[in-house]
Amino acid sequence: MIALSDYLILSSIVFCIGLAGIFINRTNIIMLLMCVELILAAVNTNFIAFSYFSGDLAGQIFVFFILTVAAAEVAIGLAILTLMFRSRGSIDIDVTNTLKG
Amino acid sequence: MMNFQFNVSELIFVLPELFLLSAISIILLFDLFASERLKPLTYYLTQLALIITGWLAFDLIGESAIIFSGTFVLDTMGSTFKVFIMGFAIIALVYTRHYLKAHELLRNEYFILALMSILGMMVMVSGHSLLTLYMGLEIMSLSLYALIASARDRAVAIEAALKYFVLGAIASGLLLYGMSMIYGITGSLDIAQISNFARASTLASQQTLILNFGLVFLVIGVAFKLGAVPFHMWVPDVYQGSPTSVTMFLSTVPKIAAIALLIRLLIDGLGDLQHYWSDLLMIIAVLSIALGSLVALMQSNIKRMLAYSTISHIGFVLLGFVTGVVEGYGAAVFYVLVYILMSLAAFGSIIVLNKNGFEADQISDYQGLSKHSPWFALIILVVMLSMAGVPPFIGFYSKLFILQQVIAEGYIILAVIAVVFAVISAYYYLQIIKTMYFDDADKEITVSAPLDMRVVLSINGILILLVGLMPSFWMSLSVSLF
Repeated sequence: MIALSDYLILSSIVFCIGLAGIFINRTNIIMLLMCVELILAAVNTNFIAFSYFSGDLAGQIFVFFILTVAAAEVAIGLAILTLMFRSRGSIDIDVTNTLKG
Repeated sequence: MMNFQFNVSELIFVLPELFLLSAISIILLFDLFASERLKPLTYYLTQLALIITGWLAFDLIGESAIIFSGTFVLDTMGSTFKVFIMGFAIIALVYTRHYLKAHELLRNEYFILALMSILGMMVMVSGHSLLTLYMGLEIMSLSLYALIASARDRAVAIEAALKYFVLGAIASGLLLYGMSMIYGITGSLDIAQISNFARASTLASQQTLILNFGLVFLVIGVAFKLGAVPFHMWVPDVYQGSPTSVTMFLSTVPKIAAIALLIRLLIDGLGDLQHYWSDLLMIIAVLSIALGSLVALMQSNIKRMLAYSTISHIGFVLLGFVTGVVEGYGAAVFYVLVYILMSLAAFGSIIVLNKNGFEADQISDYQGLSKHSPWFALIILVVMLSMAGVPPFIGFYSKLFILQQVIAEGYIILAVIAVVFAVISAYYYLQIIKTMYFDDADKEITVSAPLDMRVVLSINGILILLVGLMPSFWMSLSVSLF
């Protein structure tokens, strides 16, 4: 039997990988999108685990919404990426430094 | 276990949202099939939809109900916020149209996206469960990303959109992680039940620990959305890179929604953990005021300067929440509304100088403005003095009320820090006034904005003066919302 704490540890590890990926990764924007997805996957694991162990369905319903929003989010992200490729001919992060800060 | 029930009579309480959603669909269809000649009507339909939605929301002030199985709340605060959102959005869209025309960016999707993000804000303002709050936040944010990227040919705008998108996505991720923790420990998504759980005095120390763990993530998520230090990295870049009309929209209306999110999550939901979150907010507030005031001194781009000024204003707003008393919350809400009024006028006066693709976003562009158009120079003078907090303008009273509450709660040092940095920040507001009135222009700037833009900007400037004449009335109104 897998305990609730195991799920929570797994999700926190995935969450940290996602967060670290965003801050360490300095090359590619697609990678950033993947890291965001990792964070959301960690959240989903959390919700499902809590929901399963407490017998409350609301958490699992929340996960459906997160999945849908994540799909919409990636759609917009990729659209912005396409625009960026069109204007710069590259999707590397190094090139995106016109605005300092 | 939640019990989901649907009662048709409850629909009356979501009338403003329902109306706005139908209006968006109709406007979208209208714009799709309208001939070139009828296209300009989309803008007027948008304004009409906002006016009617605002009126419907105004009609619901005084009613209070929790509907849709506890996922949606209607109270005086929510309805009042909605009315203000509509009012500010109407002003913002008048300025927007002039800007888009001046830069040949006028496409009707812009208005539909703006309406969509306003719908998201309304859902956020009335969210009574973690799910509705999150959905509202995402409806708002996704539309805003698209709005920034709507200037397709500008490389800086695309870059700003990308930065806002990535950091916004991280913020949502952090907020969600906090929500999942809160859900796990309380076993409910409902704000009322979360509040009941937090109020129970029999919490084991482990439960308090997890609750606080979730709370930290919630505070980070909200601070990200508000653009407070140390989660402010996106603000200057996004403000500078976006088309000015979008910058204006970003810096005004969504702030009400973000404050509503903060009130729903931290005060309505976890109000009993106030001594935990007010320490967090205090650090964020002090850092925001300090960094916002200092870094703005070095900016030559007025949009970037206003971005840092926003950060420091947000610091003041958070100070109101630090106090943990109803009067403090009221002062914070009053500050947000006043800040939005001033911010609209500030960006409006940048936009009014725009014409034929000329972007007046350098401070040096304002040289000698008082000679060419004394009236608009006067409005900018009022706005800048008000932002700096000079009496008798409204910006003075909003700062005064916050500081009164901060001192009344015994945070003397906080008040001293806030005042010192407010004085420092006066420098860069005064610098703009100096540029307008005492510097000679090397090129002539003429204002050729259409009549509606001039009239609304003038009204906006006069409002800053008028509201300053009876600040205590508005302050007591803000306090009565809680």
